[in-house]
Amino acid sequence: MIASAREVLAKVWAGGTGRIGLVLVFVILFVAAFAPWLVTHEPNKLDVLHRFADPSFEHLMGTDQIGRDFFSRIVVGTRLAVGVALAVILASLTMGTLLGIAAAYAGRQAERVILILFDIITSFPSLVLALAMVAMLGPSLVNVVIVVTITFIPHFGRVARAQTLALKSAPFLEAERVLGASPVRLVLVHVVPNIMGPLVVLASMDVPVVITIEAGLSFLGVGVRPPLASWGTLLYDGYQHLSQSVWPVIFAGLTLSAATLGFTLFGEALRDAVDPKLRSRAA
Amino acid sequence: MSGLSGYILSRLGTTALVVVGALTLLFALTLLVPGDPASVLLGPRATPEVIDDLRRRMGLDLPVWLRLLKFLGQVAQGDLGIDFISGRPILTMVLEVMPYTVTLAFASIGLAVAIGVPLGTYAATHPNTAADQALAVVSVGFIAVPNFVIAIYLLLIFSIWLDWLPVLGTGRPGDFWDQARRLILPAASLAIGWVGYIARLMRSSLLEILNEPYIRTNRAFGLSKAKVVYKYALKGAALPTIAILGLGIGRLLGGAIFAEIIFARPGLGKLIYEAIGTRNYPIVQGGVFVIVLLFVLTNLLVDLVYAWIDPRIRANLGKASS
Repeated sequence: MIASAREVLAKVWAGGTGRIGLVLVFVILFVAAFAPWLVTHEPNKLDVLHRFADPSFEHLMGTDQIGRDFFSRIVVGTRLAVGVALAVILASLTMGTLLGIAAAYAGRQAERVILILFDIITSFPSLVLALAMVAMLGPSLVNVVIVVTITFIPHFGRVARAQTLALKSAPFLEAERVLGASPVRLVLVHVVPNIMGPLVVLASMDVPVVITIEAGLSFLGVGVRPPLASWGTLLYDGYQHLSQSVWPVIFAGLTLSAATLGFTLFGEALRDAVDPKLRSRAA
Repeated sequence: MSGLSGYILSRLGTTALVVVGALTLLFALTLLVPGDPASVLLGPRATPEVIDDLRRRMGLDLPVWLRLLKFLGQVAQGDLGIDFISGRPILTMVLEVMPYTVTLAFASIGLAVAIGVPLGTYAATHPNTAADQALAVVSVGFIAVPNFVIAIYLLLIFSIWLDWLPVLGTGRPGDFWDQARRLILPAASLAIGWVGYIARLMRSSLLEILNEPYIRTNRAFGLSKAKVVYKYALKGAALPTIAILGLGIGRLLGGAIFAEIIFARPGLGKLIYEAIGTRNYPIVQGGVFVIVLLFVLTNLLVDLVYAWIDPRIRANLGKASS
């Protein structure tokens, strides 16, 4: 039932849209990993004599309102976007999974408290909750990661709980318990590996959403602080100076869209490859 | 029937708890503000006396639990507090801009239905054709691209390059056509993602229903395919779509913030955004709460309507509670 990672990737590659997604995801991860070697200029270096330059061999994507090389800023922005997405997904996946398992094993009262907490968090549209929290905590990279993580915990928590409940009365778990396995061993060795499949699929499908929220917060000026380059800030600066040059908006928008599209296609292909049954639930 | 009323009661109870919880969370956030809301609001040049006075007027000198209770009590009476800069009630300020945001949200949903439902129906009645596959790809694209990127591209293409549509603001008061034209681009920027959702959902639920025995029976009795689709299947397929729309309205109220900023329209999102800029936290708190309230209430409404319409859910409720 549980296919190896290689088999799953082969299935993703076999589907037409999955292949596009895989290629885009690979390019983005590559750029993020090797950003320092890919930049053609120092990304924060001003050059006021060459503001709003059109794309050229010298400046592949032109320059911004204070003459910074836009390609280099897009490249370091890629590293930021991927870094934030990974940090948020890993943190919320871990905490959500643990809370979900705890809810499934805890008594009725504790379970209700955890579920109500999840309900409260999801009663905010995630961007609005993140916006309200970052606005009050003050914008910074760390705060963005913390806040977005909190908004994603219930997503994983609910699935982890449902999966654990379904698994809980399985004979092999009963046997382990009767044989005297500790609860920690039970959870880490038996429950977690058995519920991970759908959670990993969910995680991959949440990547584009996290990227969108980070860019959105930065667009609204409550994300990362300058001079850090987020795709959202690049887009906002471009929008502010649309009458001088359209290139920043075009390139920032295309990059952001390619990333969200790539991760979406990849996530959907991954879901279909791992468990086609999830399809109807996700729609 | 007892299943349904029990379900309604428990759903109402959860909703009330969630609303109180959301308010408590919003209240707790103000405790996290570095410094305190009064001195942040007044800026670095305010004298200690002025800050003290505002602190007292904002009730910041009271113990935390008392402030929370007061806050909850006020909100329960429909009082979202006073904006200490303009001296106006926050509820009034919110209600002033609500019509713009609600109009935008409904225009977007309307547009999304008008485009998404026919597309999804076409795809479901012509499954696995080239057009169906093309639509599938386009739908993912629509869903994946962030709405603020779409908004800026629409702005760039239709009002800067082509100069077809006016860009900014809501239009001259009283001039319906001017207002409608200025609504097109913002509404489209929010609608495009939903077009993708609705088309996909419509396709999958319609395909599922077209395989149901009662549809096949109708076909076997000699009804034309078109008649079966339009008279019977669409009705059944509409339900999940309606549910998504209900959730969509709530989500759109939050998502509208980008369209409002990019197209310089007044609205709830714009109000919150500007309040964040001036660190006017009571307005942020009030505005966000209104969005949450609408979001929670539309979810509740959708769930209840769903349970009421769909006999299968009703039957399951009866089983679950007995």
